[in-house]
Amino acid sequence: MAAMAAALRGLGGRFRWRTPAVAGGVRGAAQGAVAGQWDYDLLVIGGGSGGLACAKEAAQLGRKVAVVDYVEPSPRGTRWGLGGTCVNVGCIPKKLMHQAALLGGLIRDAPHYGWEVAQPVPHDWRKMAEAVQNHVKSLNWGHRVQLHDRKVKYFNVKAGFVDEHTVRGVAKGGKEILLSADHIVIATGGRPRYPAHIEGALEYGITSDDIFWLKESPGKTLVVGASYVALECAGFLTGIGLDTTVMMRSIPLRGFDQQMSSLVTEHMASHGTRFLRGCTPSQVRRLPDGQLQVTWEDHTTGKEGTGTFNTVLWAVGRVPDTRSLNLEKAGVDTSPSTQKILVDSREATSVPHIYAIGDVVEGRPELTPTAVMAGRLLAQRLFGGSSDLMDYDKVPTTVFTPLEYGCVGLSEEEAVARHGQERVEVYHAHYKPLEFTVPGRDASQCYVKMVCLREPPQLVLGLHFLGPNAGEVTQGFALGIKCGASYVQVMQTVGIHPTCSEEVVKLRISKRSGLDPTVTGC
Amino acid sequence: MAAMAAALRGLGGRFRWRTPAVAGGVRGAAQGAVGQWDYDLLVIGGGSGGLACAKEAAQLGRKVAVVDYVEPSPRGTRWGLGGTCVNVGCIPKKLMHQAALLGGLIRDAPHYGWEVAQPVPHDWRKMAEAVQNHVKSLNWGHRVQLHDRKVKYFNVKAGFVDEHTVRGVAKGGKEILLSADHIVIATGGRPRYPAHIEGALEYGITSDDIFWLKESPGKTLVVGASYVALECAGFLTGIGLDTTVMMRSIPLRGFDQQMSSLVTEHMASHGTRFLRGCTPSQVRRLPDGQLQVTWEDHTTGKEGTGTFNTVLWAVGRVPDTRSLNLEKAGVDTSPSTQKILVDSREATSVPHIYAIGDVVEGRPELTPTAVMAGRLLAQRLFGGSSDLMDYDKVPTTVFTPLEYGCVGLSEEEAVARHGQERVEVYHAHYKPLEFTVPGRDASQCYVKMVCLREPPQLVLGLHFLGPNAGEVTQGFALGIKCGASYVQVMQTVGIHPTCSEEVVKLRISKRSGLDPTVTGC
Repeated sequence: MAAMAAALRGLGGRFRWRTPAVAGGVRGAAQGAVAGQWDYDLLVIGGGSGGLACAKEAAQLGRKVAVVDYVEPSPRGTRWGLGGTCVNVGCIPKKLMHQAALLGGLIRDAPHYGWEVAQPVPHDWRKMAEAVQNHVKSLNWGHRVQLHDRKVKYFNVKAGFVDEHTVRGVAKGGKEILLSADHIVIATGGRPRYPAHIEGALEYGITSDDIFWLKESPGKTLVVGASYVALECAGFLTGIGLDTTVMMRSIPLRGFDQQMSSLVTEHMASHGTRFLRGCTPSQVRRLPDGQLQVTWEDHTTGKEGTGTFNTVLWAVGRVPDTRSLNLEKAGVDTSPSTQKILVDSREATSVPHIYAIGDVVEGRPELTPTAVMAGRLLAQRLFGGSSDLMDYDKVPTTVFTPLEYGCVGLSEEEAVARHGQERVEVYHAHYKPLEFTVPGRDASQCYVKMVCLREPPQLVLGLHFLGPNAGEVTQGFALGIKCGASYVQVMQTVGIHPTCSEEVVKLRISKRSGLDPTVTGC
Repeated sequence: MAAMAAALRGLGGRFRWRTPAVAGGVRGAAQGAVGQWDYDLLVIGGGSGGLACAKEAAQLGRKVAVVDYVEPSPRGTRWGLGGTCVNVGCIPKKLMHQAALLGGLIRDAPHYGWEVAQPVPHDWRKMAEAVQNHVKSLNWGHRVQLHDRKVKYFNVKAGFVDEHTVRGVAKGGKEILLSADHIVIATGGRPRYPAHIEGALEYGITSDDIFWLKESPGKTLVVGASYVALECAGFLTGIGLDTTVMMRSIPLRGFDQQMSSLVTEHMASHGTRFLRGCTPSQVRRLPDGQLQVTWEDHTTGKEGTGTFNTVLWAVGRVPDTRSLNLEKAGVDTSPSTQKILVDSREATSVPHIYAIGDVVEGRPELTPTAVMAGRLLAQRLFGGSSDLMDYDKVPTTVFTPLEYGCVGLSEEEAVARHGQERVEVYHAHYKPLEFTVPGRDASQCYVKMVCLREPPQLVLGLHFLGPNAGEVTQGFALGIKCGASYVQVMQTVGIHPTCSEEVVKLRISKRSGLDPTVTGC
């Protein structure tokens, strides 16, 4: 490890750094330098899930690859290491804090199962946060080691295009470097959006870029937004015992099946999360005692509301990290409305040798595994003689709210919109996880539905699962649906007893039948 | 509920009971009821398979009866309607497994910020009572379900009189004759006691008893290497009991042996003691009430001895066929196993007598297969269906402390069927994200997929060892049922961060010799 650390420290020294003053003269050096016309076969801008996967795959195929990554601190000053959103301010810390929250519920279950735990058990944010942050830091390190092992050059610089084959990188101290490459992949992802016209929003609010890195408990928190980020954050904050309110303008989890989304928020509300629906904040002020006073409009009543919180977390969407890339210098087109990069099915931008993958791309699911797969397939096409395209259809995902929601394929609404009510059959069940019985947990929102074509053999269009371990349950079914599973085949699949996932292969009640979908017996 | 209870209590009164003395005269009465027979379908055994078959037939409009009778275990344990799974199998087992898992999660909790004072003691009585109460509620639920679907239920011990007639004997000795057009035998099995070990029957218990103990079993010796043995030893260790497993040869015979080794390796590293290559020879009760067990260690050739509070035999199961008087009906059984022989339609040697579930020769002893077989049988008999039960690619999960889920062929079977050169095995040692913060050891978290080597590399089997293996495996069982290939698995996008995504990220083949340890995320 010590040798590795020395090697990583030495990395910067092996390249030519220039000061801004002489940057103009670097151009020629960058082009002429190493083997061939360009410094690198592949330059990846952005060291997140997609960019790293693409870079490592290309390196494994024997190409000369560089990754540039630079984390602009959040408005609150939070910064982090290599790995992108997922590792630092997304999936990883989120799932760990979700696990912390789940443990709170399991500790309350424990006495029913014979464990003599004195209740209530207090929670220490500092201890949890430190453990989560240490794990993330170990992953940052792991990513650097992996790049080093595969001989991918890593530059901790902020990148902007100079021309369509050249990128200028600016390091923290202002030093500049020019890097040229035959192929360039943009994988800079996105960052949380702050609302534009709310007084005090930027000054006093935080986002998901900050919440996982807080050293002290956020205390009483207002989460503004209805995205999965909003609900996941509110879910774990509630779960570790904090007074948490979600303020949403309209519907939760837009784009997801709306029946499932309603059940998700219903479950959260019944477990202590407060909801302010149909409300939009208008002002955030800091009171003399340090608390934040939030004023909002309630669009249902037309009245103004007000409340005080320790923390206000904006989860109102994300913006692509394209602004500082100088895309116009390379001629890369973006969507005028979203500023996301426009690509074709080969992930190519308007400039044929410049590609884009992941959250920065228009119309792609903002998910780590799709970015990883897209990046890997792109490298294989560029350098491995492959022609396999990324298939963005039937991508499974899971929302890690306190009751997890896993889904793959079409929502019921989408299926009906595409095929018509008469051509769609929906099978569903309200079930009770066995583990809920002993502690007497309420299972009102444990629900599964499968959306099928009505015509035999009833092709499965979508699966929606709400319950414990939804992510674990959904993954395998995503394979089945990818293989073109029909309802008939689902019914021929033997269950694994006793599990929650077996409820999927036991789905016998259609919505159309009007019969009670509550599972009885075992 | 009160009205329902009255209805159920009244149930026995609505039929003709006879005393043994006049039983001989009942025959005609039984035949003359409706049509030629009393019932369209008589199911012997109210377990998972029997109940599913009976309910399906009733839903198809047929007149159906179920007879069920639980012979108390040698230790005197008895239970209600629902069979092995509900009373002395899957359900109490999974709940006690959950109790044991909670023990580990409570130790994780401080790392996640929860200020739980350690160690936390465990109270068997409280757990057992909660589990037993849940089982009793399921017993009741099954009675309600039969009542709702107008299936007659008789709490009698059944034996064949002839090929259409069964004699039922109630607890008090009262007899009843029941005749039916079709008869389904679904009596399942019971734990086997070893035959020639002194004190085995007298002092030992089995899985028929463990879930119904009011007091903690204390220091326990589990004899056997079946999944029942390992699951019981796993949860006993997990709730803090000193637990030893004694096995003669290999663990989990019939399962993939690499996976089986990892299962026991994990158990051993979490406190379960193993005595391998040993067989017990004697159990004696000491004056202080403890049990002294003597065994032979076949490796050293020496005799070993130890004292335990409880000795649990988990050395296999025997089909419950002996009291059925099968010879009166002409139903054939296997001479070696006493299990009933059936064809692919579940028909026995007597065409209108069928058998499903654990009592049948060569079937997986699993609740969901019995349920599906029973339901399909009823649909063939009364619903005009011709669909046969497909016993191939049945998934299952062993609920040891680290769960092991599998579907399809083991690596050994795949190689035996297709040859080493035609099989490709992809594998990975992974670390569940949730293990990182508490610093749990993930040495045994492992997944392997057994495929044909020839493109597109049809998936023959999947083996997953890790948390929530049951939840992980189910969906892949559908995929494999649909003929999934390795190529399709690789085209499936993962769900991040989960353990199940490790399956769709399997890139390292055993043949490559590369390190299968997953790095990064």
